[in-house]
Amino acid sequence: MPFDLDLPVLWFAVAVLAWVLFFVLEGFDFGVGFLAPLLGRTDAERGAVVRTVGPVWDGNEVWLVAAVGVTFAAFPDWYAALLSGLYLPMVAILLLLAARGVAIEFRGKQDSPRWHARCDAVLATSSVLLAAGWGAVLGVLVSGLAMAADGEVHSAGVLGGLGRSLEPLGQPGAVLGAVAGPLLAAVQGATFLGLRTSGVLRVRARRVAVAGAAAAAVGTAVAVVTSTQPVVALAAGLLAVAAVAAWTRHEALAFTASSLAVAAAVAGVFTAHLPVLLPTTLPGGADVALRTAAASEHVLQLISVAGVVVLPGVVAYQVFSYWVFRRRVASPRAVPAARPAPGAAAVSR
Amino acid sequence: MDLELLTRLQFAVTTLYHYLFVPLSISLSLITALLQTASLVGRPPFGRVADRERWARLSLLTGKLLMATFAVGVVTGLVQEFQFGLSWSSFARFYGDVFGPTLAIEGMLAFFLEATFLGLWWFGRDRLPRLLHLATIWVVAVGTTISAFVILAANSFMQNPVAYTVDETTGRARLGSFADLLTNPLNLAAFPHTLAGSLMAGGALVMAIGVWHLVRGAHPADSEEFAAFRALSRLGAWVTLVSGAATAATGDALGKVITQVQPMKMAAAEALYSSTTSAPFSIFAYAPPGSDRPTFSVEVPGLLSFLAKGSFTARVSGLQDLQDAYAAQFGPGDYTPWIPAAFWSFRLMIGVGMLAALVALVHLWLTRSGRPLAVDSKVASSVLWSVPVLPLLPMAANSFGWIFTETGRQPWLVFGLFKTADGVSPGLSAPEVVVSLVAFTVVYGALAWAWTALVLRLVRQGLPPLPAARPAGDPTDDAAARSADVAITY
Ligand code: HDD
Ligand code: HEM
Ligand code: HEM
Repeated sequence: MPFDLDLPVLWFAVAVLAWVLFFVLEGFDFGVGFLAPLLGRTDAERGAVVRTVGPVWDGNEVWLVAAVGVTFAAFPDWYAALLSGLYLPMVAILLLLAARGVAIEFRGKQDSPRWHARCDAVLATSSVLLAAGWGAVLGVLVSGLAMAADGEVHSAGVLGGLGRSLEPLGQPGAVLGAVAGPLLAAVQGATFLGLRTSGVLRVRARRVAVAGAAAAAVGTAVAVVTSTQPVVALAAGLLAVAAVAAWTRHEALAFTASSLAVAAAVAGVFTAHLPVLLPTTLPGGADVALRTAAASEHVLQLISVAGVVVLPGVVAYQVFSYWVFRRRVASPRAVPAARPAPGAAAVSR
Repeated sequence: MDLELLTRLQFAVTTLYHYLFVPLSISLSLITALLQTASLVGRPPFGRVADRERWARLSLLTGKLLMATFAVGVVTGLVQEFQFGLSWSSFARFYGDVFGPTLAIEGMLAFFLEATFLGLWWFGRDRLPRLLHLATIWVVAVGTTISAFVILAANSFMQNPVAYTVDETTGRARLGSFADLLTNPLNLAAFPHTLAGSLMAGGALVMAIGVWHLVRGAHPADSEEFAAFRALSRLGAWVTLVSGAATAATGDALGKVITQVQPMKMAAAEALYSSTTSAPFSIFAYAPPGSDRPTFSVEVPGLLSFLAKGSFTARVSGLQDLQDAYAAQFGPGDYTPWIPAAFWSFRLMIGVGMLAALVALVHLWLTRSGRPLAVDSKVASSVLWSVPVLPLLPMAANSFGWIFTETGRQPWLVFGLFKTADGVSPGLSAPEVVVSLVAFTVVYGALAWAWTALVLRLVRQGLPPLPAARPAGDPTDDAAARSADVAITY
């Protein structure tokens, strides 16, 4: 490297950034997913809610691909310990993500209310479970895993071996995360819908945003008492701002504040034990630490060069994509009656 | 069943499933790009307006199929990315230095490209200038191909490790030159073969859609629908036929590389027990349970020698000699893969795939020089019945190809370096794998059902109409619709 950069630290920062972006971006689209049946009373209204995330969910999910890819590339031991230790929860999350992505993508491709209802049900259920599941996983990152000296969680024979990867979910941190996840996603989702919908949906979204943000702010404020982490106080403050902003109809501010609260919380979780990435809860076990888990210097250099070459391009065309769709909110919609013939009604373009 | 076997089964189920959709995404993006290009090239003054519209409507149809397929490919690909940490954590630690950056670079280079540009293409139809809009679908097509190349480099490393050193202290693989990893001689042979096999899948799918509409009898022979689906079926047939020939040619080249780097795999493919000159290729063989040699087989003399070495009289190493050689090199152990899997998957790959190419050839013949595919009703009903099988042929051939590739590598996970048994996550318990295997099977089954239902409905709806131009001003004003600020694009 031309500059004497501390590559492991740099790539830790990149990994955290990718995870933060993933949680912030998917946070609102999880929220939108389970708010759709609560806010939309008719098929058309639910459709309108889902369509606000239609063009973005895939791009948001690529941040998960990126986050996992960077974690694997830069810290193979962290990747290995975390995923194998949380085997069943992660499998559940993957399956829910699969069902959810397909529900969003397939919904608009058919014009039958029954098809829509099925997709909506899958979408809402998977979205709320995903928010809870990821919340629990973040909780585990704070509490730690029972990794032995080889860096792996071994079966203690609980529930015939199933307990190995399920037990961590019983820790207080994970339970707290599972409650906080859907709440924060609801706040983010509702404030996002405040920005992207109008009329009755916007009114309903605002109510949810105010109530949700207030509840989340109070809950986090209570946590401030028991926690020494400054990010908790920061998150509480941001959520309070979000609640007030939603109440006073500063929709952009409400969305920004709630998203920043999520970003602060996630960044706080990932950096809670530095220089340890994932602490062990087992006496005599081995932590996953930033230095020892890092890939070889050569690989870190390789991905740095690749990042420098490729990422400006990625940013450029993603910005271009947002620019192309910048007028969406203001643009006139197609008249539904203009859709031709029944067979063609499903032409979801 | 033991843990290792369960874990392998689970990996095989999720990967084979991912790879049902991947070839379709790769080929449908290319076919859609071709159709859309034709719709522009066919523009006045270069072509008739009617032709231009026909290609445009067909590209809408294949584009929708692409969107549905891509969604399943993405979510199942995500599962694959987690798999190496979930159930193969020892392997991930050993191989992380090679595979991690490969996957990360693929993500940066290809996945962002695909996801962003597919969105731009789908939602940008009436926002981008024509040529730019056309460029977006070409970018998607190129992006999926880059994906395939990079991920195949990772797989080729496992078949034929190159560009690495083994760290003395940790015993782990360390990546050498990334360029060398990408240009692994095996990858340079496997990538064209995989690409050609992928194109067969999409070609057969659109051909089947076209044929189904032609023989169903719902469109009069002089209708626009009939003409369009005839064109679609012929385009699909050409893609299937040409890529079928390419698959055979590249497969032949690939076989020769494999004979060099993994002679055991080719010997297993032929169940060739002792080293032989002028080795025959058996089309069919039967070995009674318990015996290690076939008692009955139908053989083409010398063909195996030709497939493996390019000469009908060349000497091909047999399983027994290779087993002895490996035992001497790597220490005592069983280095022979499961013969029936290698033997049958190799034949089924070739047989089932080439059958699709043959159907394509017959179709092109029947519809040659403007013939409308005239079938009487008796023939039509039997053709109709078999049409849904057609797209399944190359998909099955692709799966068999992978089953051959991956089971033929056993007992190695990374050939000559790292055994499959050593890769499994050390803490994992068999019940966990059973639960996940059942869960994957159920959820993937549901996804397959949803995808099939959607594709069948899209196909039945026939030729999509061209979207009406966007209205200049929008008079209606109901709240729900107005809030659906993206309604126009979805
Ligand atoms: C439509 C699909 C299809 C068809 C018709 C064929 N193949 Fe194939 N084959 C594949 C699809 C495929 C594949 C799924 O794409 C594989 C798996 C891994 C790979 O690189 O390609 C494969 C693997 C594969 C391998 C093993 C490579 C390895 O172990 O890395 C060999 C030797 C061949 N093929 C040879 C052939 C020959 C001689 C064919 C003659 C017609 C043929 N294939 C037809
Ligand atoms: C390109 C990236 C790929 C990588 C890195 C990869 C890696 C692996 C690994 C780690 C295993 C488990 C260990 C083993 O049994 O050997 C495996 C097995 C397997 N894979 Fe692949 N694979 C890739 C592509 C594919 C694809 C695309 C398919 C099929 C469509 C496939 C089919 C299989 C099958 C059937 C097995 C089970 C073989 C057995 O256990 O005997 N693989 N592969
Ligand atoms: C076992 C190893 C594999 C892993 C870890 C893997 C990973 C992934 C991931 C994470 C995605 C989603 C990307 C997105 O979000 O856009 C994906 C999609 C894709 N993968 Fe795989 N993949 C594997 C095997 C393969 C193979 C062998 C090929 C091709 C030969 C392939 C080709 C593709 C393509 C073309 C896409 C995008 C199109 C689609 O989704 O259908 N993958 N893969």
